[in-house]
Amino acid sequence: MLTIHNLHAKVADKNILRGINLTVNAGEVHAIMGPNGSGKSTLAGVLTGRDAYSVTDGEVLFEGKNLLDMAPEERAGEGVFLAFQYPVEIPGVSNSYFLRASVNAVRKHRGEPELDAASFLKVVKQKMKVLHMPEDLLKRPVNEGFSGGEKKRNEIFQMAVLEPKLCILDETDSGLDIDAMKAVADGVNALRSKDRAMIVITHYQRLLDHIVPDFVHVLSQGRIVKTGGKGLALELEAHGYSGN
Amino acid sequence: MDKTNFTNLFAAFDRDTSSRYGALRQSARERFAALPLPTTRGEDWRFTSIAPLLETPFDLPAAVSVPLPPAVGPRLVFVNGRYAKGLSSPMPNGVRAGSLADIDAIQILQIASETDSPFTALNSSFLSDGACIIVPDGVVVETPIEILFMSRPNGKPIVTHPRVLLVAGKNAQTTVIERYLGDGVYFTNAVTEIAVGEGAVVDHVKVQSESDTAYHIANTQIVMAAKANFTSHNLSLGGALVRNEVRVRFDGEHAEATVNGLYLAKGKQHVDNFTVIDHAKPNCASHEIYKGVLADRAHGVFNGKIFVRKDAQKTDAKQTNKVLLLSDDATINTKPQLEIFADDVKCTHGATIGQLDATQLFYLRSRGLPLEQARRLLTFAFANDIVNRVKIESIRAELEERIV
Repeated sequence: MLTIHNLHAKVADKNILRGINLTVNAGEVHAIMGPNGSGKSTLAGVLTGRDAYSVTDGEVLFEGKNLLDMAPEERAGEGVFLAFQYPVEIPGVSNSYFLRASVNAVRKHRGEPELDAASFLKVVKQKMKVLHMPEDLLKRPVNEGFSGGEKKRNEIFQMAVLEPKLCILDETDSGLDIDAMKAVADGVNALRSKDRAMIVITHYQRLLDHIVPDFVHVLSQGRIVKTGGKGLALELEAHGYSGN
Repeated sequence: MDKTNFTNLFAAFDRDTSSRYGALRQSARERFAALPLPTTRGEDWRFTSIAPLLETPFDLPAAVSVPLPPAVGPRLVFVNGRYAKGLSSPMPNGVRAGSLADIDAIQILQIASETDSPFTALNSSFLSDGACIIVPDGVVVETPIEILFMSRPNGKPIVTHPRVLLVAGKNAQTTVIERYLGDGVYFTNAVTEIAVGEGAVVDHVKVQSESDTAYHIANTQIVMAAKANFTSHNLSLGGALVRNEVRVRFDGEHAEATVNGLYLAKGKQHVDNFTVIDHAKPNCASHEIYKGVLADRAHGVFNGKIFVRKDAQKTDAKQTNKVLLLSDDATINTKPQLEIFADDVKCTHGATIGQLDATQLFYLRSRGLPLEQARRLLTFAFANDIVNRVKIESIRAELEERIV
C-alpha cells in the first residue's frame, strides 16, 4: 500500500529525515517509536503534505501513485488520514457541517455521489454509537472547548466516518489519561481491517498494549534504526531508546 | 467640489412631484447649500473620497416596471425611488404602513434632520416617496416586514434618495428588513429614521446588495426612548463605493442597543462603516460588533464613535471591530473613538486584523477539502459570529450561501 524509499526532508534549513525506508501493506499496523526530535511528527507531516516540510530526496508511493506530488486534499481523497497530535479548533463551524463537507469532498474525489443531509446523519449516528461519542458533539464547533480526550476521540471519529485506507496516528496517546486512552484505542481497534493499514506514532509503549502492532520501528535521528515485532516495544520500555 | 451635479435636478424633480413635502424639501435644500461636502481632509471622511459622486453625471430615474417574485410576507417595494404598489403586499394587521406620499408623516420626519450631514439634507431635498411603518402602542408584529429599494438605470447613471421612517410606539414590537438591489451604475443616497418607543422592541436588518458599480451612502438614525430595545444588523455586500452610517441616541434610561455589522468586499470595492452611539442618558447599554472580510484590492474603513455624556452614569458600552484580510492588497483603516464625560461607566473597545490561519487551512485540507473550499469555510467561520446573531433564518441562509 505504502512504500517509502530513502526519504529525506528538512524543516527550514535543518535536515530531519535522513533516509527513511518503510513498506506498509494492507491489514498491517506499524508502530513508529522514538525519542523526541527523532523525526516522528515530521514523517507524519511529510506523508500528509504539510507545507512546513520540504522533501529533499527519496520517494513515497501510495498504491503505486506518487504521494509527494499530491496536494493535502488529494491525499485525503486517495485515502490517507492523519489523526493530529494537536487537533485544530475551528470556532464558527459545527462538527457536523465540517464532517459532511469533508465526507463529500472525499466522495467527490472518488467519483462517488455526495451524501445528502439525511443519509449523512444516518452514517454518522451509526459511527457515533460504535465509538460511544456524545450526541451533542455534532452541533458543537470543531474541537472548540473540547477536552484533550474529546479532541483525540474526535479525530478517531472523523477517521471512522471518512473510512481511509491508511491511518496515521500522530501521538494520539499524548496527554490522555488511561480511560481516555482506552476509549481512543477501542475506537482505533474497531477500525482495524484487512483492507486498512495503520501507522501509530508514539513515544510511549503503553498505547501499544491497547493497539497491538504487527511491527515496531525505532526512529532515531531521521532513520529507522531497528525493526521488530510487538516485543520490541516492551524491550524499549525496559531499556530506553539509548539502549540501541 | 461642486454640488450642481445634484442641485441642477431640483427643478425637474419638483415638476413631477406632489407638493406635500415641498416646504420640507425647500428647507433641506437650504441646508444642503450651507453644509460643506465632506473631504478626506476632515476626520470623519478621511479614508473615503466622494469624488466619483461628483464626477458621474446622474439623472433622475425614469418610472420603470420590473418583474419580481411574489412576496412571501409583508413587503413594500420601491423601484427607482417610486412606490410600486403592485409589487408590494399587504401589511400586518394593526400596522399603519405604506408610502410616505400617502401618509402625512411631516410631524415625525425629524430624527435625521438633526444631523449635519449634507447627504441627509440632500436626501430630504428630494423627499416625496419612501417607506413609512408605524406600529402603534402595544402592537406586536411577529412577521418581518421587508422594504425593498431597487434601482434600474436605463443607459444613463441615476440617483435615488430612498427614505424609511419606522416608528414603534410604546411597548410595540416589530422586525424590519431593509434591502437594496440594483443593476448598472447608480447612486443610492438613503436615509432611515427609526424611533423606538418606551419599552418597544425593534429588530432591524439592512441587506445592502447593490450592483458592483453602484454608489451607496446611507444614514441610519435611531432614537431610543426609556427601556427600549433595538437591534440592528448592517449587512454590506455590494456596491463599488459604500458608506454606511449608523447613529444611535439614547433618549431615555434603561434602554439597550445592539449594533452589529458584517461587510464583505472584493475587487476594488470600498466600504466605509461609520457608527455613532450617543449615550445621552444614564443606565443604558450598547453592544457593537462589526466584522469585515476584505479580498483582492478591497478597502474597508471602520470608525466607531461612542459618546458618554456627563450625566450618563452607569453606561455599559462595548465595541469590537474584527477584520479578516484575504489578500495582501486588501486594506483596512479602523478607528475606535470613545469620548467619555461621565465617571461611573463601563466602556470597552477592541480591534483585530487577521488573516486565515494556516494551521486551520491545513487541517481542513487534510480532511479532503480543496484549498478554495477550505478558505471559504474559514471565512464563513469568521463571519458566522455575526450571521448567527441575525434572528431571521432566511437571511442567515442567504449569507451562508453567499460566503460558502
